[in-house]
Amino acid sequence: MSDLPSKANVVVIGAGIVGNAVVGHLADLGWTDIVQIDKGPLPNPGGSTGHASNFIFPVDHNKEMAALTLDSQRQYEEMGVNTPCGGIEVARTPERMEELRRRMSSATAWGVEAELLTPEQVKEKVPFIDDTVILGGFYTPSVSVVDSLRAGTIFRERAQAKNALSVFPNTEVTDIEVEHGAVNAVVTDRGRIEAEYVVVACGCWSPRIAAMAGATIPLTPAVHQMIDVGPIDVLVETNNEIAYPIVRDMDTFMYERQSAGSMEVGSYAHRPIFHHPDDIPSIEESKLSPTELPFTADDFDPQLEDALELMPEILSSAEIKYAINGLLSLTPDAMPLVGETVEVRNLWSAAAIWIKEGPGTGRLIAEWMTYGAPSIDPHHSDIARFYDVNRTEEHVLARCAEHFNKTYGIVHPREQWESRRDLVVSPLRGRTDALGAVYFQAGVTERPQWYESNKALVDEYDVAERPHEWDARWWSPISTAEHLALRDRVGIVDLSAFVTFDVTGPGALDYVQRMVVNQVDKPIGSAIYTPVLNDHGGFRSDLTVKRLGEDHFRIVTGAFDGPRDEYWFRRHLPDDESVTFTDTSRSMVTIGVWGPHTRSVLSSITDDDLSNDGFPYGTTSEVDFGGITARLLRISYVGELGWEIYVGVDDAVALWDMIWEAGRPHGMVPVGGGVYGTTGRLEKGYRLMGAELESEYTPVEAGLARPRVKSADFIGKEAYLTARDVGPVATLCTFTVDDHMSVAGIPRYMTGGEPIVDSEGNRIVDARGRISIVTTAGMGPSVGKYLLMGYLPTELAVEGASFGVKYMNEVYPITVAVAGSTPLFDPDDARMKA
Amino acid sequence: MRVLVCVKRVPAPGARIVLTADAQEIDTKNLGFATSPHEECAVEAAVQLVADHGGSSTVVTMGPHESEEQLRYAVSVGVDAAVLVPTDGSDLDPQATARGLVSAITTLEDRDGRFDVILFGNESADSGGYQVGVRVARSLERPIVSGIKDIEVVGDQIVAKRAIPSGFEVYRLDLPAVLAVREGLNLPRYPTLPGRLKSRKAEVDSIEANPDAGGQRMVRFESPPEQESRTVLLGEGVAAVPAIVEVLEGLGIR
Repeated sequence: MSDLPSKANVVVIGAGIVGNAVVGHLADLGWTDIVQIDKGPLPNPGGSTGHASNFIFPVDHNKEMAALTLDSQRQYEEMGVNTPCGGIEVARTPERMEELRRRMSSATAWGVEAELLTPEQVKEKVPFIDDTVILGGFYTPSVSVVDSLRAGTIFRERAQAKNALSVFPNTEVTDIEVEHGAVNAVVTDRGRIEAEYVVVACGCWSPRIAAMAGATIPLTPAVHQMIDVGPIDVLVETNNEIAYPIVRDMDTFMYERQSAGSMEVGSYAHRPIFHHPDDIPSIEESKLSPTELPFTADDFDPQLEDALELMPEILSSAEIKYAINGLLSLTPDAMPLVGETVEVRNLWSAAAIWIKEGPGTGRLIAEWMTYGAPSIDPHHSDIARFYDVNRTEEHVLARCAEHFNKTYGIVHPREQWESRRDLVVSPLRGRTDALGAVYFQAGVTERPQWYESNKALVDEYDVAERPHEWDARWWSPISTAEHLALRDRVGIVDLSAFVTFDVTGPGALDYVQRMVVNQVDKPIGSAIYTPVLNDHGGFRSDLTVKRLGEDHFRIVTGAFDGPRDEYWFRRHLPDDESVTFTDTSRSMVTIGVWGPHTRSVLSSITDDDLSNDGFPYGTTSEVDFGGITARLLRISYVGELGWEIYVGVDDAVALWDMIWEAGRPHGMVPVGGGVYGTTGRLEKGYRLMGAELESEYTPVEAGLARPRVKSADFIGKEAYLTARDVGPVATLCTFTVDDHMSVAGIPRYMTGGEPIVDSEGNRIVDARGRISIVTTAGMGPSVGKYLLMGYLPTELAVEGASFGVKYMNEVYPITVAVAGSTPLFDPDDARMKA
Repeated sequence: MRVLVCVKRVPAPGARIVLTADAQEIDTKNLGFATSPHEECAVEAAVQLVADHGGSSTVVTMGPHESEEQLRYAVSVGVDAAVLVPTDGSDLDPQATARGLVSAITTLEDRDGRFDVILFGNESADSGGYQVGVRVARSLERPIVSGIKDIEVVGDQIVAKRAIPSGFEVYRLDLPAVLAVREGLNLPRYPTLPGRLKSRKAEVDSIEANPDAGGQRMVRFESPPEQESRTVLLGEGVAAVPAIVEVLEGLGIR
């Protein structure tokens, strides 16, 4: 074996499917001088790849995960290690049948062939199933099993053939050196390698390895139990590794997958069993492998009965030959951990990635490292998505314990977590509690979604209920009523979930100019809404910048993107210390007051001039409310006259009370996130990062390009200018739903994420391969229509054009109401500028 | 035919054994538990004897409450009844173990009748004392043969074969008899799903026995020096031939 080099361009730690995919793709993209090390031997170093069940069900509701999975399956196919066998998700309950219909819609979105089967049709494909215990099945012919170990070898060989890679198995990392905040070297038991970049692709050991550099990779090793039952004659007779479709018994959280003459029965139904990365046994201490721990039979026993019930014929006489507690990686939100770590520059995480998305995620990481941004938006996988409190072991374990049994669960798009709530509560909590607020967690902060105290408004405004439980889940008609009351009168909104950063210092202006698209060199007191782009001109964020002084800017961004934005802004701070960047989120509280009566309400508690001349739209200044000084920003995400009011934490409750008392004679109502984030926003066509705005789209396509481009340079400018020249390939539209009635005669209301389809029910894909899906769905109470947003290929984005939306496997007619960013409600913005 | 099989809960063999810091115990944090491979064969033999000759099989262990796991495993592969002789979990010496087992066996035989065959594994996978079977047989005044790799019932006798380097020694034993068997006696079956489920519901009989300690005391565990296996590349192609010849000659192969 050759000696370890003393220097490398990039060191990839880990030779499971992920590390191998990363080295393969880095080499494909022209990287050389890659060193890959693993503590274990090759081709199976003993991590989770070695014992994985290796099957791929390509239909996922999450767009990003579906894209990564489909790309991975294509790559396995190209490598000749993908064996399609088909897969059937079976339902035992009516709720699951509904979920399978929802899956049909997602299958349409991702272009995956799928069909719903009757129990008899399931039995035709899987004759040993007891079709009397199921109600139906969701059949995906392209479900496959892959050889992930072989794929890994092919990836490595591909890189080695380019002379780009040296591989060192049986080499243990003992330290990672960091200098000036950037990774510098990897120390191993066979020597030290200086490296420009280091990628941690260590599966369930990743937290331990990252910790050597002072970085966090928030995941926990968790047990997935699996038994191998055989020999089974009907399977042996196929003389094939896999001849029958894989069955996912969704309601019992189990799967049955043929493995030659045996049946592998796996479970996500047992209690969550976690291990600490430091406590995983070494290779020598393991009977099988470090990630194949001794089977704890008691945990699996209840699942045996479920398996026997589904496949009694074949499972009652065969023997349990092999049983493991296999380790896999779980994260707080069940998505991978990808990207540069927030703590250490050039130290990348490639962790919590399963077999089914391994090659695709490897490509994503390689693209990201090479070009500064990947071609698939990494929003949900970005390791920078967590607040500090989300990175703690306590948080990881609590959330993983909560979602482990939802691996095959039916998870609502609006579903809220039960654990780890109240991580941050608003200083206004006492007031909002008293008003009966129902809270949703926005990032880490509890935000009122609606107020039970507004229940009477439902009758007053004659708001309809949603008759289908799924459509009404995590929703209330009160939101619609709050919306109408705000438009009629005035509403007060607790916006303390906002994330704010203060940027100060002599370099502040240049720095902020460079970070954002729109002109921020404006008079003090200006407020600028602006996109933030990546190097490719795709969206990185959208936020508001307030100029508070010559050298003082305040950035206000949303609760869900605060950590990603903080990472991005800090990552681009100049080295010369001319800029100070401070998170000021917790030092102030934001209260929103909007509605036609707002000026009357606020004017009754301040002597400052709130008239249009005295306080024009889009400006900010300090206002005195009887001794309490607050900064007001005249802006609106709901399209009404009003202000965001920024006040110090200590004065927040007093100011809220003052506004509330002043507002009551005007019919003021508390208004929750249901209006602020959905109904009010939709009517105004305002875009939301992570929904309409993502890195795969440009401001031109999102309708956020201004007439002119500032002369100052900014990140993504070149690509942005090109995008302006070329024009949009897709256009963001607002649709109205024309008919809600299902075949069963129940009005249905989409939740978002559904495919937009043409008159033949086919999905719509633009010239760049991007799919038209619903980015946001919600009521437009003031326009009396249910609204959807979504992109269409520009040539199809014609106002008045008819399309369909496929929801729960039924197509509902929709019409393009707006192509572009003109608001549907109050298109001239007369109300907010009143 | 009434068959009794005696087993012991031990850390599952197969990986490097780690000791606790005080060397008084095996660190079982990452280890599963099992019976020794010899005992798995004894259990299989018990099941087969009853299948072939009728009667019933019983499994007994002396150990902590957790040993029920091993009893249930035996039931899951076909043993009819399970008996635990509970201990506080501390390691018993072979004399005490044998006394406890004899006491329990006597209780069981007084209650349900004599065991025609009592099976042991040849030695346990952890302490490997080779004693308990012999001590129990002696105490019950029954014949015992150890190292058994084949069992056959012929009339009122049992024919047992013990493997020796040049073949087998064949023994005939009058019943009741005791046998200590070795791995290779048979191919133990794995549990079926219904077997496992049945074992979960099985009653485990508990028989108290508080045997006096024997004369053997464990001082501490010691790990043997790690046996390193190194791979030496002897060369490539024809050039490697002299080195290969040298190795073969070193092994006495000419």
